[in-house]
Amino acid sequence: MDSSSLFGISTITYILAMIIYITYLAFRKPMIGIAATTVTIVGFVAQTAAILMRWSETYAQWIAFTPESTFIISVIRSAPLKNLYESLIFFVWCLILGYLIIEFKYKNRSFGAFVTPVAGVVLAFINLSGITKEIEPLMPALQSNWLLVHVMMSFIAYAAFSLSFSTGLMYLIVKTEERREASYLFWTVTLGIFITFMIFMGIDFLAFKVIVKPEAFIKSYMFKGSLINPSAAVRILSWVSMIVIIFIIWRYGSLMKTVIEKFNISAETLDEITYKSIAIGFPIFTLGGLIFGAIWANQAWGTYWSWDPKETWSLITWFVYAFYLHSRMIRGWRGKKAAIVAVVGFAAVMFTYLGVNLLLSGLHSYGELR
Amino acid sequence: MTEGKNKGIVEKIWELLASVKFAIIIFSIISLTSIVGTILEQGAERSRNINVLTRLFGDTLAPTLYDIFEKLGFMDMYHSWWFVTLLFLFSINIVICSVDRLPRIWKIIREPIQPLTEEHLGRSPIKKELIVKGKPDEVKIMVTSAIKKIGFHVAEFKEDKGYQFFAQKGRFSRFGVYITHLSILLILIGALIGIFFGFKGFLPIPEGSSASIVLLNTGHLTNMEELEKERILNALDASSGNISNVSQQLGVDESSLQAKMHRYGIQPLSFSIRCNDFNVDFYEGSDMPKDFKSWLTVIDNGREVIKKTIEVNNPLTYKGITFYQSSYGMVPNAQGIFVLRITPQSGISETKQLHLNDTFTIPGTRIAGTIIDFSPALSFDRQGRPFTYAEMMNNPAVLIDFKEDGKEKYSGWILKRYQTTWKLPEGHIVEFIDLWGTQYTGLQVRKDPGVWIVYFGCIAISIGLYTAFFMSHRKLWVRIVQDKNNTNIMVGAMTNKNRSGFERKIDTMISLLKKRQEGGR
Repeated sequence: MDSSSLFGISTITYILAMIIYITYLAFRKPMIGIAATTVTIVGFVAQTAAILMRWSETYAQWIAFTPESTFIISVIRSAPLKNLYESLIFFVWCLILGYLIIEFKYKNRSFGAFVTPVAGVVLAFINLSGITKEIEPLMPALQSNWLLVHVMMSFIAYAAFSLSFSTGLMYLIVKTEERREASYLFWTVTLGIFITFMIFMGIDFLAFKVIVKPEAFIKSYMFKGSLINPSAAVRILSWVSMIVIIFIIWRYGSLMKTVIEKFNISAETLDEITYKSIAIGFPIFTLGGLIFGAIWANQAWGTYWSWDPKETWSLITWFVYAFYLHSRMIRGWRGKKAAIVAVVGFAAVMFTYLGVNLLLSGLHSYGELR
Repeated sequence: MTEGKNKGIVEKIWELLASVKFAIIIFSIISLTSIVGTILEQGAERSRNINVLTRLFGDTLAPTLYDIFEKLGFMDMYHSWWFVTLLFLFSINIVICSVDRLPRIWKIIREPIQPLTEEHLGRSPIKKELIVKGKPDEVKIMVTSAIKKIGFHVAEFKEDKGYQFFAQKGRFSRFGVYITHLSILLILIGALIGIFFGFKGFLPIPEGSSASIVLLNTGHLTNMEELEKERILNALDASSGNISNVSQQLGVDESSLQAKMHRYGIQPLSFSIRCNDFNVDFYEGSDMPKDFKSWLTVIDNGREVIKKTIEVNNPLTYKGITFYQSSYGMVPNAQGIFVLRITPQSGISETKQLHLNDTFTIPGTRIAGTIIDFSPALSFDRQGRPFTYAEMMNNPAVLIDFKEDGKEKYSGWILKRYQTTWKLPEGHIVEFIDLWGTQYTGLQVRKDPGVWIVYFGCIAISIGLYTAFFMSHRKLWVRIVQDKNNTNIMVGAMTNKNRSGFERKIDTMISLLKKRQEGGR
């Protein structure tokens, strides 16, 4: 068995776990809950094995190309954290690990119905989108010991931040009462944009599936099927449907509230998990993402900081979470306002991780083509 | 009267600068403006950003918007006066908020922990109570050992009807926040030192040449300025870097020459650096570089001081100046030297250095080869015809024509990267080792005396964040009071962080006491 079939197994297992968690929410039988946890753990073990297997496959390739390097260097160089495919998989792995820790610590399973779908969707997205799964040779700039620790810590932090995003969002959903409230507007609009973007990216994918080079497709065709379509009618239709989706969520948002209230998680616990995930993610992000990234950049290019878009966006992310941590100290900011900052923080994370590569570089390289 | 009023304003400003609100306003402004800087390409040519703006706002608005953004300094925003001011305000905020709060924190840290009255103990944020059999004097040791188990070394206080034990831990964790804040300041100071006392530039050196002038990044130069820059560079080259010679030659005094050199980003080094060789290795069967290396020699005062092979992620440092392998390319119109290793079928290898159209003989035979063509990146089309697919040396190859006694024998391409092409029909091997002298190595040159302060700040911020997030100041009081034949144990505790973690610790202690009680009697 190779790593990709094991990844396939873990994807299916997470989707199965998602179904069981939702069933558990509906019937609240302890046995179903135990089954859900067991299936998640099975998926996690399969995924761990798959990551290790891919590591060893990469190792085999590395020593074939570079027989002169020592064992430890070869192991470090072949860590499976080098491209979008591998990093997304590691992200999901961290997310599930984080969830399992929360489940055992807070003895609450309901949250699983929120996390396993994310894991399943991300893994399915990887499979469907045709992101390159090839084990690629390592380009010279990436041949550094900092790669492993920098990327690994960044993704652990990203996973912690995404947990804080979901609990922060749930907190907002539970805590808001009226449709006119600013924080209600905030979460419905955010969720609406999030869902529409997902749908539009799905359309992009379907529309340009024929194109062979998937990396190129994502960069140059992002939202071309919808928001920036050459035809004005399609553009207007896309914007209108985005507004309609946001309106629907705004109108029926209270339904989500009823669902989450069934989870048996108090708003205080949600707030606590949000804070704790950020309190763990922030130092790890500072050290692994910013500092180790800076040291590595200094070794490779001779500048620890050059204000390139990726660096600047990590700094923006860092500032948003610093904002969150400080805002909790101001009277009247604890609670809803802080939760909004946590949600915004994750938008910054998403942009640092994907947006910079897909949108900004697209913006600039497109200019080059002209 | 006026003085009082002035003081009021000063105090108000002080309070504002020290406040958390001010901090988060600064965070927001820095973040929001930085976003613009990631969308508009920094320090780029006008046309590129016009393009970006056109994509976002359309043809008609783009030029106007460009002018507005340029006036506001957004085209090089991280060095603009207002962004630097923001960073300065950020530092001021860090300093003032620390100065404002430190005395209070220092007082809390220095304050020794005191036994509490019953009333105070009852008002502790965390409190637990239990009753155990036996008088205080009998359970005393059991209680203190249980407290010790959770890591507190208590002081003892004798009361009327029993004892009170109290201790605190992690007082200094309260400094974590300040360590974090001040290390940010340290990083900014290190960055400033780098900007004022360091430089960053580029140094291309062709194989076999040496160089001692680094070209720094400058702003836009006019055509006249470019010409003058060229003249100064040529003069420097001709007089091997002697500034007074150059100033005489160009008829300007030394100080204005220095100023011009500064303006044009001409940075002479006090030593020179030679590139002995440069080489790129590719992954097998692809054009993806695996590794590129330069063999460098530092020459100071005519002496060779250092020889080092540098590659990406492995630079060379001399006299505080670091040379990084950053790129490579072809030297235009260079006549290189072909290095061939010839191994006759029965014999010893021989390495030869040849030019284009040179002829060599295979030792021990009458076969003579002539190099008649070269391609930096050879490939074959479907009909098997050779063509060059890239300008870089991705797949260098030589076409050699072999003759025996002047009679045409065979000719063919020998590719550096493909061993199968080295073998001749009779079993002789002609190996194409290198075409030397046609590539240049691109070195990024950096002097940054502030980097160690930045690194020190990074270590400090890690320690600070760890202390701030994962350590807490915990206080614990345990009072044991006689209640007939039993002892009433009251626990009061407080912490500045992670309350539930501390509560779990205290629960461990209590269950320990209960267990001892049951086990003991």
